[in-house]
Amino acid sequence: MIVRGSDRVLIQGITGKQGTFWTERMQDYGTNVVGGVSPNKGGAVHCGVPVYASAGDAMKEGGFDVSVLFIPPLAIKDAALDAIAAGARGLVVLTEHIPVHDVMWFLAAARDNDCKVLGPNTAGAVTAGECFCGFMPAFNDTIFKPGRVGVISRSGSLGTLICLNLVQAGLGISVFIGIGGDPIIGTTTRDALEALDADAGTDAVVIVGEIGGAMEEAAAEYAAGMKKPIAAFIAGGAAPKGRRMGHAGAIVMGDKGTYDSKARALMAAGATVVETPSAIGAAIAAGLKG
Amino acid sequence: MNFEEHAAKPLLKAAGIAVPDSRLARTPDEAAAAQEALGAVVVKAQVPTGKRGKAGGIRKVDTAAETRAAAEAILGMTIDGHRVNSVLIEQRAAIAREFYAAVMNDPASKGPLVMFSTLGGMDIEEVAASDAKAIRRAEVDIRRGFDAKAARAMLKGLGLGDKDTQVADVLAKLYKVYRDDDAELIEINPLVITGDGRLVALDCKFVMDDSAVKRHVELAKQGTPEKLTGLEARARALGLRYIELDGDVGVLANGAGLTMTTMDVVRHLRGRPANFLEIGGEAYTQAKPALDLVLANPNVRSLVINFCGAFARTDVMTEGVLAALEELKPTLPIHWSVHGTGDVEARAMLKLRIGVVPFATMDQACAAAVESARKAGGRR
Repeated sequence: MIVRGSDRVLIQGITGKQGTFWTERMQDYGTNVVGGVSPNKGGAVHCGVPVYASAGDAMKEGGFDVSVLFIPPLAIKDAALDAIAAGARGLVVLTEHIPVHDVMWFLAAARDNDCKVLGPNTAGAVTAGECFCGFMPAFNDTIFKPGRVGVISRSGSLGTLICLNLVQAGLGISVFIGIGGDPIIGTTTRDALEALDADAGTDAVVIVGEIGGAMEEAAAEYAAGMKKPIAAFIAGGAAPKGRRMGHAGAIVMGDKGTYDSKARALMAAGATVVETPSAIGAAIAAGLKG
Repeated sequence: MNFEEHAAKPLLKAAGIAVPDSRLARTPDEAAAAQEALGAVVVKAQVPTGKRGKAGGIRKVDTAAETRAAAEAILGMTIDGHRVNSVLIEQRAAIAREFYAAVMNDPASKGPLVMFSTLGGMDIEEVAASDAKAIRRAEVDIRRGFDAKAARAMLKGLGLGDKDTQVADVLAKLYKVYRDDDAELIEINPLVITGDGRLVALDCKFVMDDSAVKRHVELAKQGTPEKLTGLEARARALGLRYIELDGDVGVLANGAGLTMTTMDVVRHLRGRPANFLEIGGEAYTQAKPALDLVLANPNVRSLVINFCGAFARTDVMTEGVLAALEELKPTLPIHWSVHGTGDVEARAMLKLRIGVVPFATMDQACAAAVESARKAGGRR
């Protein structure tokens, strides 16, 4: 899922502290924020845009394409269903610790309504030089200098470091897709890889994976048929088995979700798997030289 | 959050799924007394893990003396890293047939998955590998749910004969428990047909979604707390994500992905990380208790602090660590890498306050930390 500067963005939870702070950053960067939602503040103006009581109202009165949700975990399901029913084309769900049954519920509704979901537990998405949705430091050009490398990451902090390393290596970023650190998410590594493969502004792709789950293995199946070069870093090789490493999805169960399984699958698909983030720039540069 | 068998089975019973009569015992005397009330029984170690049978944690006994002896042997055992503190004394059932039934969160279909197998009592992964035809799977739209009719459709062709309706009823009830109690997994293995034709759950594994514990506060008290070291428990109370490891290089970073990666790079450079400690997200102002925790591990010989600011600002985190350093005055060598949001301010602060210039890359900071831990050897 790639957000463009022309997409009309709604901020659910715009009047909260984080909602306000990041809405201002998004607006400064060029994100086309057209309104916000705050159930008790419909009719107000905040961050220079109209506030609606619901996403349904926002759609009726002004319209929007993508909603970014700054909403606490137990209120997310209803907020997401509101946006989906209103006809949102995409949702960016930043919240961590949402009950998984609630996640499955709104993902099912999103699927039925052709609404793409990024997250939960994502730091968001950046289209470098154009717009961003979420809380990534898109405005820091030592990290998000515009260029032609697409980055897919389960982690915000590590994704940031990878982008920094690419820029330090003389490369630039086209699109950053933060898919999120939860075990069940709307946009998988493979979905994001297909989007970047189809993106005309992207010449090479970095996959920033983590232990746990089987998403990197599933992405490898698609990667095998791609022409654009791919480099990957998988975090958690040094993690003990059976412990959740900060992210709900980052856990090795028995022999499932291991570093080796992911690294082997990606290498077999022709991707370069690097052992430290600082090697990522050279790997992509080599791939682009072909 | 894992629930031991004795805490999981009451959920089945409350939903109308039959379970054998049982009593929980913490001593051999309690076990013997329970046997006298129940007759022919099984003594079962209560630990939140499978493989109890293979480890000798499950024994069939017929008399009070045998029960006492079995309980004496099993209590205090360590199974898969878990110490056995209690045993379930459960009435023995005459088994005619064994099945497997489960409902779980399925990342592939992004919804609930109901599974049933006619080969119960075995590890479901082994069944999947050896006899895939014995397994039925139903992907569920969580908005529509899963009832006995859907269960009957799923079971068609498995040759359950007149048990078809009974099994379907159990699956629908199991799904209800899964939904009502926010399960990540609920599994009955084995689900048996007894000699007299009843369908009974002989075991139950229940894992509650950690993110849903806040809406099941009462039930969660029955769960098994995650096994934590003293330092891990201290961190948990502070809301910090800390995992103790057996190395000597302390790790302090922001964000789960970056913290894992810092450990990886330390190991890649032939060092041994002493911990996972993340202070990103909401915890980014908690530098002092975080540093305190890292230093409280007596094995730590050096420290790498790796910040890459996105949502969390590196200047705020650095400010917190500097204040903590001034207060705690640690003597061990500290190696910094600071990039991302707020890094210019953070670097200036480090230069001014402690005369430190961070390393240009995290690899260099990790390499220096590994080297100084090696030099410090056994002492601090």
